[in-house]
Amino acid sequence: MNWTSLNPWVATPEIFLLCAVCAILLLDLFISDAKRGVTYVLTLLTLLVTGVLVASGVSAPAEYGYSESFLVDPLSSYAKLTMIVGVALVLVYGRSYAKARGLYRGELFTLSMFSLLGMMVMASAVNFLTLYVGLELMSLSIYAMVALNRDSVASTEAAMKYFVLGALASGMLLYGMSMLYGATGSLDVFKVAAAIQSGAANQLLVVFGLVFVVTGLGFKFGAVPFHMWVPDVYQGAPTPMTQLISTAPKVAVLVLALRVLAQGLEGFAPDWRGMLMILAVLSIALGNLTAIAQSNIKRMLGYSTISHMGFVLLGLLVANVNGYAASFFYVVSYVLMGAAGFGILMLLSRAGFEAEQINDLKGLNQRSPWFALMMLFVMFSMAGIPVFLGFFAKLSVLKELVNMHLVWLAVFAVIFSLIGAFYYLRIVKVMYFDDAESHEPLQASLDAKVVLSVNCALLLVLGLMPNQLMSVLIDAVQRSIVVVAY
Amino acid sequence: MLSLTHFLVLGAIMFAVSVFGIFMNRKNLIVLLMAIELMLLSVNMNFIAFSQYLGDTAGQIFVFFILTVAAAESAIGLAILVVLFRNLRSINVEDLDSLKG
Repeated sequence: MNWTSLNPWVATPEIFLLCAVCAILLLDLFISDAKRGVTYVLTLLTLLVTGVLVASGVSAPAEYGYSESFLVDPLSSYAKLTMIVGVALVLVYGRSYAKARGLYRGELFTLSMFSLLGMMVMASAVNFLTLYVGLELMSLSIYAMVALNRDSVASTEAAMKYFVLGALASGMLLYGMSMLYGATGSLDVFKVAAAIQSGAANQLLVVFGLVFVVTGLGFKFGAVPFHMWVPDVYQGAPTPMTQLISTAPKVAVLVLALRVLAQGLEGFAPDWRGMLMILAVLSIALGNLTAIAQSNIKRMLGYSTISHMGFVLLGLLVANVNGYAASFFYVVSYVLMGAAGFGILMLLSRAGFEAEQINDLKGLNQRSPWFALMMLFVMFSMAGIPVFLGFFAKLSVLKELVNMHLVWLAVFAVIFSLIGAFYYLRIVKVMYFDDAESHEPLQASLDAKVVLSVNCALLLVLGLMPNQLMSVLIDAVQRSIVVVAY
Repeated sequence: MLSLTHFLVLGAIMFAVSVFGIFMNRKNLIVLLMAIELMLLSVNMNFIAFSQYLGDTAGQIFVFFILTVAAAESAIGLAILVVLFRNLRSINVEDLDSLKG
């Protein structure tokens, strides 16, 4: 232990974020409700500065800190940028929604930044201890945020369910980690990999731990059969929190899966590939089939998330750099799609009215042709219709599957995506061909409308030229995987 | 003489009891929170046993972190429970049924 191995400034963005959250937490105590905009602006500024700090290190080579328990590599940097964008979009879209429901308080900002801090620590963690602490910081903040709407039965019930199943997932993950520690004698992901490579690890114990780790990851991803919390939490949580749960943490969990499975347990790839295959097949099938039966759009998007996570797992189980890159690309595009979808739902809500039934979207084209078009972009993108971003995300995963001679799996995924297209297109039909039941104008601040339009337009623009984003992400994953082989 | 296996079996039994407690319990949310605590304690048992067996202190350090996080976790769990009780006037697991589809 010396100062060189400590290398504290490798975590500059996290340190800055932590200091800024504490400052904002204190400052917010002295701000009256009427001036809450100050907290909002400071929060967005903090996110901006954190983003700039992360982005400044994006092209630098991988660097360790804190006695090799913290690693800043291109993979973690791009993941952090995506998370920051995800959290910032939650705050921008959720602002007027939160104001109308009395949720526009300091807790909203500080808790979302604390959860972001947890995700950023997770993205850089290469030690089970750091991974666990990051995961818990993220999860605990989000549990509290789901319960932020204290007087609503639905959101407190959702918070309780999320808490219990989230804690169960952490427990499973921890139990698996304790087994891996016992088998390999180390908490460091790369030392675990080295012990497995050299044959020093107890094979039986590793496989036993692996089962628990995959179960824990399955819960965190919301993959079938560990998905029971997803629809309930999506429906019960206030919409900004639903947006938060469905976007940024998915990136963090994917990086966690890459660290533990792809980097740490690389030697056991045949074992975890089989398990992920079961999770992916079940998620894609059940997610798409059950979503058809939903009348609540938040619940429907919950099931749709399950099927999207199935695709992410498909990319993971390819178990090579291109597969991981395809998964990463999928998650990044899902963050954009999910944020836009929930953003439009919040745009339609107003004080005393919650847009959460599919019928609430009826005749959106008559009320606001522009946002009907934007929602059409989101739905087409989620369904995977060509020229939209979601199509290329699905295509890149399927391409890697075919390259690995898993054609049957690719065909299966395509068939269920086609079935899934039904419920996305139903929303388009409802917006364009049904008559509006309400003619209330859409109430949202100008900044939310502008950012939302840019977000939706990105789905089309990035869909027209996906190669740039794709090559950046492949490059990031490749450069990060090179580090592994030391 | 107690061996590593004894401690691992004890940990596994505690883990099994807690998972059983989470899924089989239909009456009381507080018992559910207790089951979650028990689960984390079973992991602690594993870590300490392995740490002693391997002669490596990292496992014992991990235990301190788990204990700390468990304290924060139960604080949040109980806070959510209080809010839930205010709304529902019940801590019966079966009353958590307003969300379904």
